[in-house]
Amino acid sequence: MAVYYQLDFEKPVVELERSIQNAEDALRARLAATGAPAESANESEDPEIFRLLTQIDTLRSRHREQLESLYSTLRPWDTVRVARHPLRPQTRDYVNMIARDFTEVHGDRRFGDDPAIVAGFCRIGPVKCLLIGHQKGKETSEKIACHFGCAHPEGYRKALRAMKLAEKFGLPIVTLVDTPGAYPGLGAEQRGQAEAIAVNLLEMSRLQTQIVSIVIGEGGSGGALGIAVADRVAMLQNSWYSVISPEGCAAILWKEANEQTNNAAARALKLTSADNIDLGIIDAVIKEPVGGAHRDPRGTAESLQNWVVNEVHALKKIPLDQLLQQRYDRFRRMGAYTEQGNAAMA
Amino acid sequence: MKASSSTNSPTASPAASKAPARTWNDVAPDKKKSVPEGLWLRCPGCAAMLYKENLAANLQVCPECQHHFRVGGTMRVNQIADTGTFQEMFADLESTDRLGFKDLKAYPDRVKAEQIKSGVADAIRAGQCFIKGRDAMLCVLDLDFMMGSMGSVVGETITRSIEHATKHDLPLIIVSGSGGARMQESGLSLMQMAKTSAALARFDDAGGLFVSVLTDPTTGGVTASFAMLGDIIIAEPNALIGFAGPRVIQQTIRQELPEGFQRSEFLKKAGFVDRVVPRGQLRNELARLIDYAGK
Repeated sequence: MAVYYQLDFEKPVVELERSIQNAEDALRARLAATGAPAESANESEDPEIFRLLTQIDTLRSRHREQLESLYSTLRPWDTVRVARHPLRPQTRDYVNMIARDFTEVHGDRRFGDDPAIVAGFCRIGPVKCLLIGHQKGKETSEKIACHFGCAHPEGYRKALRAMKLAEKFGLPIVTLVDTPGAYPGLGAEQRGQAEAIAVNLLEMSRLQTQIVSIVIGEGGSGGALGIAVADRVAMLQNSWYSVISPEGCAAILWKEANEQTNNAAARALKLTSADNIDLGIIDAVIKEPVGGAHRDPRGTAESLQNWVVNEVHALKKIPLDQLLQQRYDRFRRMGAYTEQGNAAMA
Repeated sequence: MKASSSTNSPTASPAASKAPARTWNDVAPDKKKSVPEGLWLRCPGCAAMLYKENLAANLQVCPECQHHFRVGGTMRVNQIADTGTFQEMFADLESTDRLGFKDLKAYPDRVKAEQIKSGVADAIRAGQCFIKGRDAMLCVLDLDFMMGSMGSVVGETITRSIEHATKHDLPLIIVSGSGGARMQESGLSLMQMAKTSAALARFDDAGGLFVSVLTDPTTGGVTASFAMLGDIIIAEPNALIGFAGPRVIQQTIRQELPEGFQRSEFLKKAGFVDRVVPRGQLRNELARLIDYAGK
């Protein structure tokens, strides 16, 4: 297991991971010294090898236990940081893992091509579909080009253009949401960031094809919703989805963003996958492997693919007019309010 | 319009009612103030001293420099609707604290305080009215209540208004002035963006006319949903209109913002606003648009 960027609450686990690595190195060295092939370690009669194997076993089970207990008690703010983990799989990672024959489309035909939004045709399992997702970037240069996943108006317009193609060809749409928020900048405002998002909300609500969305990391506000008006919405277990980032909220309501206020804001915003299920905003939580998606991207991709395939199959059985009515009703009933004397109307 | 002078903004009305008891003689000498509190105010646009009653008679627009003062929901309704024709709807909706939200203050306490301060249940007024004799559905966001922010009540009221307009083939006017989606209802506020936009899609399919009127300031989730979806988008002069607030942008790009950035005239030049219309001409403009759309 590689040692990498660590979250402070993961420290004990990462130390264990180091010990495991060391023990494995020692085992490999010992095997090499005895001239035995690596696969035969279990049959070896060398007491040192036996000791190392037992040690690795104990360490591994301790590691698993710790990881499980750690990830079952994550505070909301910790979840936000897991969702931002630099090794967490991003849209292009999922493209590589589950989207076969990916045929990317570029540009909004108006201004340019925003790398912060990826769009293209592909096959996910047996499902032929259009895939759209935010891309944050991995290497520094890609991160800068993608503005860390903060899309510009041309990104949202590219997404809509691609979605209209899917509608025309009767293909279902799969969107992967992963953005801290739409980009706040001069050019973005000048080219109508708000208008681009608003038009997507309106158009997605009446697109004549199946739409499923998954929040795979960060679901930051309008920038996230701009590609997430769907028939079914899921969140990966350790992602977040909310009207504003905890830091943004802390800066406004607590007057400053620091570790303590971010924590309080993350809690108050009810932004975890469990919270969003409870609020009726999403339909499903896709479980991540123990220790988060960054520890097992393949396992995560597999769960994601299963959910997508099942949901698209189910949605395809619903006649289009009913599907659109259900999509309308899905968002129509969201909200919490009282109404004196007339509660039955709601 | 006489109606507007009689319905002053709630915060100003106590002072106005006190006014007859005071004269220059009992105010000026002992308080050492050149201007009695509540009767006059200084225009932030040109620094002229304005008599409040004159200002109200001029629809809260400075007669010297045309600075458009922000106005609350009730006053706005009175400025747009034909006198006495506004039939308020959906006014019994009240927000609930579904999230148990607490920052430095608990959300229900905040709502209570805002209700007392503004005299309205939430940040919106909606109803059917006549505008120069034309039947219309009118929604007005109320800046006096939590900066006109959109939570469940605002989203639901707007959606019901759109549905009502769709059903009765009424032209729809929404006057926005808002800081955006309301943080205290988090994801539920965010979903109001999708809900209102979806309702507008159906209104659009039904051939409805939607005129969106943007006032100072209109930002965030309100701009990024119904406010930018008007068939015709009108802005009051020099209103701040944008997705992100200027401070956030400045922090992101770390450079000075150009003069007039995110103001109505800038948006018109960029192609996102059809018309910049002074407050005094708004009723005329709305009536004309309703006629052109054949509504």
